[in-house]
Amino acid sequence: MTGPPDLLDLRLVFVTGKGGVGKTTVAAGLSQLAGEHGKRVLVCEVDAKGDVTSLFEASPTDFTPREIAPGIWSMSMDTEASLREYLKLHLRIPVVGRIGPLARAFDFVATAAPGVQEILTVGKLCWEVREAHYDIVVVDAPASGHIVGQLAAPQAINDLVKVGLIRGQTDWMLDILSDPHQTGLVAVCTPEEMPVNETLELVTRVREETTVRTSAVIVNRVLPELFSQPEERVFEQLRKPEVEAVLSERAGGTVTPVLEAARLAVTLRRTRSVHLQRLQAGLPDGLPVLLLPYLFARSFGARTTRQVAHALGEELGL
Amino acid sequence: MTTIRERGRTTVGQLLAAKDIVVACGPGGVGKTTTAASLAATAVVEQGGRVLVLTVDPARRLADALGLKGIGNDEVRITDDVFAEAAAHPRGELWAAMLDTKQSWDDLIRTHAPDDETCQQILANPLYQNISGRFVQSHDYIAMERLYQIHSEGKYDLIVVDTPPTRNALDFLDAPQRMADFFSSRLLRWLIVPYRSRLVNVASRPFYQVADRILGTQFLADISEFFILFQSMYSGFIERAEAVTRLLSDRRTTFMVVSTLEATPVREAEFFSAELSARKLHLGAIVLNKVLPEYLRDPNADKLAQSMQASAAALTDGLTEDPAVAARVVGEVAESFLNFGVVARREAEQQAELKGAPDVFVTVPFYDADIYDMTGLLRLGAQVWG
Repeated sequence: MTGPPDLLDLRLVFVTGKGGVGKTTVAAGLSQLAGEHGKRVLVCEVDAKGDVTSLFEASPTDFTPREIAPGIWSMSMDTEASLREYLKLHLRIPVVGRIGPLARAFDFVATAAPGVQEILTVGKLCWEVREAHYDIVVVDAPASGHIVGQLAAPQAINDLVKVGLIRGQTDWMLDILSDPHQTGLVAVCTPEEMPVNETLELVTRVREETTVRTSAVIVNRVLPELFSQPEERVFEQLRKPEVEAVLSERAGGTVTPVLEAARLAVTLRRTRSVHLQRLQAGLPDGLPVLLLPYLFARSFGARTTRQVAHALGEELGL
Repeated sequence: MTTIRERGRTTVGQLLAAKDIVVACGPGGVGKTTTAASLAATAVVEQGGRVLVLTVDPARRLADALGLKGIGNDEVRITDDVFAEAAAHPRGELWAAMLDTKQSWDDLIRTHAPDDETCQQILANPLYQNISGRFVQSHDYIAMERLYQIHSEGKYDLIVVDTPPTRNALDFLDAPQRMADFFSSRLLRWLIVPYRSRLVNVASRPFYQVADRILGTQFLADISEFFILFQSMYSGFIERAEAVTRLLSDRRTTFMVVSTLEATPVREAEFFSAELSARKLHLGAIVLNKVLPEYLRDPNADKLAQSMQASAAALTDGLTEDPAVAARVVGEVAESFLNFGVVARREAEQQAELKGAPDVFVTVPFYDADIYDMTGLLRLGAQVWG
């Protein structure tokens, strides 16, 4: 195979971004799109808040995946449950009777030994990929500040732990994470200053500090271009006080707020397009940048998830 | 534009008259850092005194504009000509510092280590380096620790702290306590014991067996060496963590929850406000950034926009040279109004749902441009200040 694989052909997709840019919305939309294309999808929420499931109008899930929409399963990461599963599957250690002390020991080790939490998260995700119960695993990953540590964890553990069972486990994880045909990272941002800065930084850090490839940058909440240039000139004419007065008279009420709202929309769009250009200029050549429109929606749920999936499908040329 | 809920104190300005510390907290991506910086700058103009903003990661353009390029853990004064460029007259001094986690940890070790040798051993320990440099939660603790340190030096009249982005907005509140628990935990002693004596009792042997198999003996030994060294600083750390916790609940400390009205941030802000009051911490203000203008929710304007959309051609007839373009423009304008109206009403509903009982409730409008200089900061600050 040559060239970068399509997003939907990957087996493991980490969706990340600065807090508040809508990465959960994108993760849900991507899962929906994959489901619509006949894939069996597992969407995994790492910082469990139950937001992913609510975007499918389903109740929150736990560590055991549950089908929340046709072809879409959801689970939320629980590192303690992951440890328990790991011990059972790989070490054949019965943990049932000792869960109390084990949980405390786990808390402790996780706090003391950086990387343990992360490896249990990444390990579980890689395991799902290896077991191939699903065609694609979509991860609603931690915010961009934390994702690099998580993706670098197998390597970090490799460096830190010289022997032991964990060490033996990191090699196959690295194989999956390092394969650009299996694993990809999607960075979500909005066309605003800080999200753009952070995305540029993230893409660099992912390249330098992890073995995972960035597959796409998704710019969320892109405002529509209201006017073409000739239209904008006409708009300015309409805003002249005398013209505005005529409009108001004909419309039977003052049109000022309506025109003012359009002016605000135009200004916002303009400020944001500067950041969008900065993003595009700063990203490595060939990295796809997908644009998602701002959704003027009453609320966020199954309906907006479909809209996002549809918009993503168009951007991906599907 | 500022909406104020009467509750004895009515403005952030009044609120701050008797406070030493403002902790700006809330979800990520809502302008927390900018709000903290603007509040500090405004305090210098309005109230005077020595004001410090302790920030985590300001936007580069903002840091550049304030002359903060490359500042680190040490406090740097923002010069008066930065204010002069904004035609403002500071009545006091504005200082800024950026939190450098690694540096702060190292300083802390130097303070608490019993002797130079232990200090060097800890600083060189691979586990320590990992914790201080990469360990995410250490960020939360060190931010509060640094606040405590600066506050106890008594150099500032007001300190505005910008909290680090956390997985959970509350992490930094729990951090000092967690740190104390951590060092006093029985497990810590458990883990340290076997490397002094492998002949441990029957009850704890399974634990070591599991730990050994998972982590490998060498790594466990590394961990225990680290904690044996750390134990020498045990009491100092506990004392310190407790003092930090006390400072946060001191009556001179207040919390300012910053958010926008987007669905996710609002939910987090709501949760945060509830938790603050559950912990008996003082919720001084809620600041909502990027609030859409009120006129978008005006039902009359909404009706008007609908009829403008329906009769765009008739409305614009003869007004401009190209009637087709004018009709299209009016149609677009009306549609845009209706679209933003949907969002504005949704957000107003969310604002009404924001529980918690702050002394002051402030909304800040959507600004046309990003805030990247002192003029912008002071303009935002004036809104917040009241």
